[in-house]
Amino acid sequence: MRYLTARKRAEFRGSAHHGTEHHWSMTVSAVGLALLVPAWLYVFGSALGGTREEVLATFARPFPAIVTALLLVVGMRHFAMGATTMIEDYARGTTRKMLIIGVVALSWAIAATGLYALVRIAL
Amino acid sequence: MAAPKRVERPLSPFMIGPYYRPQMTSISSILTRITGNGLVVAALLAVWWLLAAATSDDYFAVANAVVTSWFGDLVFTLSLWAVWYHYLAGLRHLYFDAGKGLDIPTAEKLGWACIIGSVVLTVITILLVQ
Repeated sequence: MRYLTARKRAEFRGSAHHGTEHHWSMTVSAVGLALLVPAWLYVFGSALGGTREEVLATFARPFPAIVTALLLVVGMRHFAMGATTMIEDYARGTTRKMLIIGVVALSWAIAATGLYALVRIAL
Repeated sequence: MAAPKRVERPLSPFMIGPYYRPQMTSISSILTRITGNGLVVAALLAVWWLLAAATSDDYFAVANAVVTSWFGDLVFTLSLWAVWYHYLAGLRHLYFDAGKGLDIPTAEKLGWACIIGSVVLTVITILLVQ
């Protein structure tokens, strides 16, 4: 005889343990990136291949600097959360936890490095 | 307490091929994941290049040589396609999330739109910024 109800057995198994925050956060950052990415592709594509003086002059201007800073923060958060979803699909247990921590740390490191470079160039 | 029986199921997307016919809907979905996660390579390369530009002439010379080499061109061209594919697939996802375009003929057309549109946008971007 089963002592646990069907609901008790189902609870805490397989769900993300929280609501729709992750999905909503991806939706918001996706719309933000939809605006940022075309602008940044133009900025970065134009700067790429230039001399150091040209590159420094580009990223010292307000629009390229602000778009790049926003892309670093919004893009890297979007990446960390998307990569987390992928890891959750393919890895379990401790491996899953270590990979998620690794990917979150990597995306913060990329964002921080880019912001540091921008501050040195633009300020 | 009885342990729940673990059923060995093929993990998505590895059922595509041996168990499941490749379809536009499944292929365009897995491409979204591959492009989105793969873009971290371009992010690393671009940020390294920017850091080098901020640091010194010597450091920039090294990073710029890598970034403008055939290897850099290859990574950034593939990443440009990846970013446009992920972009269009993301817009499609927002459309799906609104409960629209979920019937099979429309979903398959949107998949083709992502693939063809991403190639067109990649070419336009290269022409625009070169």
